[in-house]
Amino acid sequence: MKNHVLRPLIVAIGIVLLILAFRAVYVPKDFGSYERGYTYSWHRKGDQDFWNKFTIKYRGKEYCKDCHPDKYDKINKTPHKIIICENCHGPAVDHPSEQHPKLVIDKSREQCYRCHVKLPYPDTVRGKIKGFLDPEKHNPGIECVTCHNPHDPKLGGA
Amino acid sequence: MLNRRNFLKYSLAGAAGLAVPAGIKASTGSAPAEPKKGDTRWVFLVDSTKCVGCGLCVKACKNENEIQYDLNVSRTWVERYVVTKDGKVHADSPKAARDGFTTQEIDQGHHGKDIVKPGDITKAFFVPKLCNHCENPACVQVCPVGATYQTKDGVVLVDRTWCIGCGYCIMACPYGVRFFHPVYHTAEKCTFCVHRLHAGLKPACVEVCPFGARKIGNRLDPNDPVTRTILDDKVQVLKEEFGTKPQVYYLGLSMEVK
Repeated sequence: MKNHVLRPLIVAIGIVLLILAFRAVYVPKDFGSYERGYTYSWHRKGDQDFWNKFTIKYRGKEYCKDCHPDKYDKINKTPHKIIICENCHGPAVDHPSEQHPKLVIDKSREQCYRCHVKLPYPDTVRGKIKGFLDPEKHNPGIECVTCHNPHDPKLGGA
Repeated sequence: MLNRRNFLKYSLAGAAGLAVPAGIKASTGSAPAEPKKGDTRWVFLVDSTKCVGCGLCVKACKNENEIQYDLNVSRTWVERYVVTKDGKVHADSPKAARDGFTTQEIDQGHHGKDIVKPGDITKAFFVPKLCNHCENPACVQVCPVGATYQTKDGVVLVDRTWCIGCGYCIMACPYGVRFFHPVYHTAEKCTFCVHRLHAGLKPACVEVCPFGARKIGNRLDPNDPVTRTILDDKVQVLKEEFGTKPQVYYLGLSMEVK
């Protein structure tokens, strides 16, 4: 082969080898196609561990039961039993711990508005929930929990 | 030369040869791959008729998955549809319904607000939405670097360290469930809360829903209540015509929902 063909060919092959060498170093060992083949599962396997180890924040109602049995039993006798504690008390994460010794309770009017602003929608569950068409006319400026106990909505203050 | 005698001889031998593999197959009984015990394919069931639009699912999702609470991005959201007597469809999802629906005004963004008189409403309903974790996810096919993928149990995930932020997947998703993470600047989406599923918990949105409008199940378990509903009841999926085979099933979906 003539010199003027050979020399750029060597350069081209060199560049390809360089790219392959870089790829071998840069691409993680666990990169490949897995269960769903190249089309859907071409990825770094280790990333699944990242998502599996993500911190759990919401623990569910049963998590609160052992330390707060009074509140747990109380709310379970009311229509509010369908609302889990963390919806208002905030995610427990690892409470009680150094990072989360006390949870921040959402006592805002807006928290109650989520369900108790009356929306006149026929044949919906929302239309049947007791509430106000215009809640700002009912004791504006003070928290609902001042008069209504969310753990037992039929009773007075929290 | 192939004469009649040889033709018949070879045909007979050929037919016998064809029968051998069939016999082997019959003897080993290799039926189509039955799902093995313990196999999982997560599916989601949304009962649109139960949703009241409280938005607690959106709040919980943002908290659980560390999505910036005050930015207008969310992995899940709730849409409100109000259909009036003149046939118009008024739909909105203010702040992804993070604070629920607390007014009768329909938020139309920079077009202002639609005021709908209660007497004009023919029907109204809420529709929670999230990633459909499609059997054939279009978003995964288009990724040029292999940063998004489907796991064995059907969940579609994004590798934050590998995503280059080109946004192809965000454009490819027919359901618009993907967005850029405001901090990592990578594609972001619902994970079905895999970290919770692996710990034996339900996804955060399912856990907190007071009305049972959201449910998770294993499609490969024929006794799973969600699987039973999908098999026995009249369920729908979103944008079936795209061929993505979405795995979020809806009960009581109305035709206005896009």
